[in-house]
Amino acid sequence: MAKIIGGITTAHIPAIGVAMDKGLENEPYYRDLFAIYPPIREWLAEEKPDIAVLFYNDHGLEMFLDKKPTFAIGCAPEYENADEGWGIKPIPPVTGETDLSWHIVNHLIENDFDPTVCQDIKVDHGATVPLTLLWPNFTYKGIKVIPISINCERHPMPKPSRSLAFGKAIGDAIRCWDKDSKVVLLGTGGLSHQLDGPRAGILNAEFDNWCMDKIVSDPEAICQYSNVELVEKGGAQMVEIAMWLAMRGCIEGEVEERMRNYVSPISNTAVGVQLLIPKD
Amino acid sequence: MTNYKMKDIEGTVHFDGEMATKGFYFNKMCYSFNHEENRQAFRDDPEAYMTKYKLSEEQKQAVRDQDINRMLELGGSIYYLAKFAGIFGWNMQVIGGMMSGRTTEEFQAYLDSQGRGKNNG
Repeated sequence: MAKIIGGITTAHIPAIGVAMDKGLENEPYYRDLFAIYPPIREWLAEEKPDIAVLFYNDHGLEMFLDKKPTFAIGCAPEYENADEGWGIKPIPPVTGETDLSWHIVNHLIENDFDPTVCQDIKVDHGATVPLTLLWPNFTYKGIKVIPISINCERHPMPKPSRSLAFGKAIGDAIRCWDKDSKVVLLGTGGLSHQLDGPRAGILNAEFDNWCMDKIVSDPEAICQYSNVELVEKGGAQMVEIAMWLAMRGCIEGEVEERMRNYVSPISNTAVGVQLLIPKD
Repeated sequence: MTNYKMKDIEGTVHFDGEMATKGFYFNKMCYSFNHEENRQAFRDDPEAYMTKYKLSEEQKQAVRDQDINRMLELGGSIYYLAKFAGIFGWNMQVIGGMMSGRTTEEFQAYLDSQGRGKNNG
């Protein structure tokens, strides 16, 4: 049976992708951020997961407002990246895993979640920056990826409790897939940031660290906040914690927090990175 | 009836159904900027490009004035505004400053003042 070997939270800020393109990882501005990634890459190299289930939000590359899914699952053999309009360099296609994608879709619908099913989508920096960070120099080609997107742009967005439950259902689906595969989960985005409006630039290190603690020990505690309360606490894009909740929901029971890094700000955003290992 | 009205947060325009309706064509124009040929068409003749995408007169004026807060009030989504900003070479700190009434350097300093975990050297 398939096994979830761990979950990783990471930012997907475009500036990080640009910094990697330009080889700026050791510059003072970025050094403390990038310090966490080599140990995580070592862990990945030792554990050798076959599949990455990647929670991200599309920022208007594929999913415009004309047809905007609340939850969407990629079911394609390959996912292309493309020009997003402001200068991040597109990367070569990401390999999919259609069998597990369809298994997840079937399991979800059987268990009362009804996502949009996507056989042809482009993935944006929300997916490509984390893949590039974790498998640099295009080595992400060696892992199969299932991109799962959550609407974080236009209200109404799924309630935090719903994103957690969505993750739980996906975790159940992975655990009952009858192939001996190792699966790593990626919860991308967050933490506090607000890109828009006169309130742009707000950060909240205290709340971010509370969320990182709770992602480990008690993710339900984060669900006491509505999306608008998350906006109030951590800025308009704090709602991206939805992807962290979905990732954490996939893991049953307790987790060990193997690694953590918190660096703020990078670009306009607080960056939290964690490696979580299921205890059982 | 379910109360889904979102609480007001100062300095923030919640991008909800009402705003998405108001800003649909504006956002559609900005979405088109994913393609270089469209960015170039806008650069060549912004008025014609805005008319082609059915922007309202108010939205056109906000673009002419480079008033990003006004674009947000008129239904712009920050996701697509980022693509608009890309045409002018403005990154998120530049437009963060424009929206919050700061210079880019002041905006960066404001971010840094709330920072943690970074030694900057």
